[in-house]
Amino acid sequence: MIEVTDLTVHFAGITPIDGMSVSFPGGTCGLIGPNGAGKTTFFNVLSGFVKPAAGSISAFGEDLLKMADFRRARWGLRRTFQTEMAIEKLSVFDNVAMIHEHSGAKRSSRQADVLAAIDFVGLGASPRSKAGALNAGDRRLLEVARAVVGSPRIVLLDEPAAGLPDEETEHLSQVIQKIPEAFGALTILVDHDMSLVSDCCTTAAVLDFGKLIAYGPTGDVLRDEHVIKAYLGTEEDV
Amino acid sequence: MSATTARSAATARVLRGLDRGMALRGVIIVALFLFALLALPALVGADWLTTFASVSIYSIVALSFGILYGRVGMISLGQVALLTVGCWVGARIAYGTSLPFPIVLLAAGGITMVIGVLVGLPSLRLSGLYLALITLMFAGAVTVVLSVTDFPNGGGGFMGRFGTGALTTTTPPVRRPAMAVGDTAFYRYIVVVTAIMFLLALLHVASKPGRAWASIRESEPAAMAAGVNITLYKMWAFALASFLAGVAGCLLAAQVGVPRAITFQTQDSLTLAATALIGGIFSIWGAIVAGIFNQLLPFLFQAQWGVNPNFLLIIFGAGLLQVLLTAPGGLVEQFPKDMANLGRLVFRGVRALLSSREKAS
Repeated sequence: MIEVTDLTVHFAGITPIDGMSVSFPGGTCGLIGPNGAGKTTFFNVLSGFVKPAAGSISAFGEDLLKMADFRRARWGLRRTFQTEMAIEKLSVFDNVAMIHEHSGAKRSSRQADVLAAIDFVGLGASPRSKAGALNAGDRRLLEVARAVVGSPRIVLLDEPAAGLPDEETEHLSQVIQKIPEAFGALTILVDHDMSLVSDCCTTAAVLDFGKLIAYGPTGDVLRDEHVIKAYLGTEEDV
Repeated sequence: MSATTARSAATARVLRGLDRGMALRGVIIVALFLFALLALPALVGADWLTTFASVSIYSIVALSFGILYGRVGMISLGQVALLTVGCWVGARIAYGTSLPFPIVLLAAGGITMVIGVLVGLPSLRLSGLYLALITLMFAGAVTVVLSVTDFPNGGGGFMGRFGTGALTTTTPPVRRPAMAVGDTAFYRYIVVVTAIMFLLALLHVASKPGRAWASIRESEPAAMAAGVNITLYKMWAFALASFLAGVAGCLLAAQVGVPRAITFQTQDSLTLAATALIGGIFSIWGAIVAGIFNQLLPFLFQAQWGVNPNFLLIIFGAGLLQVLLTAPGGLVEQFPKDMANLGRLVFRGVRALLSSREKAS
């Protein structure tokens, strides 16, 4: 479980997250909102790239903000980025193994864990093929394999389906839905594809201009008038 | 498919990947090493052998540049300065002590490593042009210090001076290992040490530090999110690269016998960076090509063809421009592609010729 209390972030003159308080109980949770709502900034705070001005984050009883940024991965925090971060010159196997060897997992289980993660995401390419030679869909799957290898506790997925065709999004959706059960990890999904969010997430939180405007079961949240207003605006705005 | 079956299938895929390509590469490397070690001294004269010894030494320095820039993305223009530090430290230890040569070699590498890590500290905050400038300033500082101390100052003590402060007047050659005193034997010694240094670099690149470096080069935030300790691995890269340059410097001291400060100029670091980029910084073969460009071409120009070797600077400049614009992987990546294209062109030409003859008949 992740408990976020009064989280506030300031960047030169703007407040991308403003007093956010929410709890992500487990399973797969959605985090949605229009562009600039503060979703990626929230991920960056969890990853340690951004230091908040105020607030606290407790993850499975640990004070996440007190942990050194690079130690969070060892603790079990994993993430993907909006832009692909797979290392083109390394093989698929080495890309995943690199995450495993910095996660504090046992060396003896590396090969089995890495291959299990590659199989889990259904990556058809050879583990020895270079990441640079993969197509866009396979690269996204590789990103997810990097995020789940070993024993993750929290998996943050930042727009993993952006730009993918429907068929590949459907496959990715099935993979994401299996993460909590297969690895016991709390998964937070940020995406603009609402059908992906409603398929994968039991609960969802909505940010708008840094403020939490809705939280609850995904179906209810997507029907919430404030959420619709945040995404589509109102007649008055028009 | 059960999880176990899927895992076995994936393992089989991995084993197939470790395959003939790697075995063939291994055979070629061993064959080239044996040729350089055993056959080359019998085929060429003394001046050529001295040049090939220098090629070998400068390949190590180019390799150290390749590790920093090609693997981690940190540009250092002070690698020849670190070679010089290794040369000076090696010479001083050899003059001042009676330690066995391999220990002198390791000590020179170790001390240069410490200095290199200190030079690399700004890389934690700086990158790109600023880091390049800082390391170039270091290269300039080394040149100044060596000319002030009248490098190499053969004789006793740390600085090679008498108690009065005056320089020792006789400068005996830096001693070589007892097992390799002659030129041919010491050439072979250099080739073996070079092979060990390349193996050391390969072991790093193919294992945990190599993957961490690749991750840092791709994106520091992504590396951090993957749990990579950026500070540790950046310093590790500087330590390894400086150790390699230091060992190369010590070999150079014993190779030339009496190194002179005038031999080591600041711009040599720039020339080395240019040749390393031309050779290819993402491959160990690129370092060997860089060593050849750096040492064999000047020898060919000056001693064999009677051409002013300064023209090489123009050629290197043009080569660097071509590499930066069209072949970022350097000659070692581009040359096989060019040869394949040429082969295809020749094949098409021959086929067209044959079909036109058929029609004519």
